[in-house]
Amino acid sequence: MNLSAARAKLAAVPDPEIPAVSLVELGIVRDLRETASGVEVVLTPTYSGCPATELIADDVRAALAEFGDVTVTMQRAPAWSTDWITPEGREKLQQYGIVPPQCSAEQAIRIVPRLRCPRCDSSSTQQLSRFGSTACKSTWRCIECLEPFEYFKPI
Amino acid sequence: MDAKTTYVLRLADTCLIHSQRLSEWAGHAPVLEEDLALANIALDLLGQARALLTHAGQLEGAGRDEDQLAFLREERDYRNIILVELPNAAASPSDGGGGRDFALTTLRNAAMAIWLELLFDRLQTSLDNELAGIAAKSLKEVRYHRQHSSDWVVRLGDGTDESRARMQAALNVLWPYFNELFAADGVDGVGPAWDELEDEWRARWATLMQEATLTLPRESAMQPRGIDGIHSEHMGHMLATMQFLQRSYPGGTW
Repeated sequence: MNLSAARAKLAAVPDPEIPAVSLVELGIVRDLRETASGVEVVLTPTYSGCPATELIADDVRAALAEFGDVTVTMQRAPAWSTDWITPEGREKLQQYGIVPPQCSAEQAIRIVPRLRCPRCDSSSTQQLSRFGSTACKSTWRCIECLEPFEYFKPI
Repeated sequence: MDAKTTYVLRLADTCLIHSQRLSEWAGHAPVLEEDLALANIALDLLGQARALLTHAGQLEGAGRDEDQLAFLREERDYRNIILVELPNAAASPSDGGGGRDFALTTLRNAAMAIWLELLFDRLQTSLDNELAGIAAKSLKEVRYHRQHSSDWVVRLGDGTDESRARMQAALNVLWPYFNELFAADGVDGVGPAWDELEDEWRARWATLMQEATLTLPRESAMQPRGIDGIHSEHMGHMLATMQFLQRSYPGGTW
């Protein structure tokens, strides 16, 4: 078994809802290990109700099929945190037009961040709603260039 | 059913029915952002309910999974509090027939989010590891629900004469049902008796009501017992909608 080849394959699986980042960059892959008949991947779901959870498991199974039986295990604790998004993942989110979390999950309980528009870099922005097109994002707009944008909520 | 299973099921059913009621807003909220917000909150609650129902089924040990518990039980078997099964327009019988009152939904969401935040916070240290894991995850989600719904309660309560009157009407209708938030027994090592949450919940609620310039009604002696399966007349109608597909096409998936 070539575990590093499997790891490389796994690292290329994109998130189905935000394809700009991979599952590994999003920080939801806990472990990849060899089993008697193939590999086991341990994932941490992002939100309890995330509808992409089953799709993600299917994508992982398909990507690793060449390594034998693929077991996908969901591990709830410790709960996923945006603190686990990698620096590369943050950079890619920003370039994709989604502002990455600007503080840790703990700080987010107390403060509403001041964001810069990912398009024109203006700091004149406004939160429209704490929720967005998916559970993990909130909706903002730029008062300068008038474009809406999304923010990946710290959690 | 033992006390531990009942304890988990009461919370699971409360999240499930709260989610179902909230999902009736999909496509009908006053503004697009709120449509997204209510749908997202409903989705979080549904995810929490799924995990809790699965766990309740395992504790029960009769081989029932989340779907069997959600879709194939009778009305009397549900253990949710009555507050969450009340129709979205319970405070406004003459709402024009839409069946949805944003004031009531907003107020109920805030009350439930504050309560769930207190309960999930305590359940993080449950000796039941699965329940503790579900609680730690859910706590992060309900914090956002609480912030969002509290903002709306203040905005509408301390708003126009019309919005304030409708919020006060909603509060007057929901008020007696809040008593059930503190009605369930605890189970040693699993989770607290709900009445342990009462002082903190009432203190936080009073602060919110003050900020929203709403007046707390007089204490009510009503003791709703949805947690024992004694539901309001609305529950059966809601289940008819919720269960129709699974009962018509047993085991159907997509």
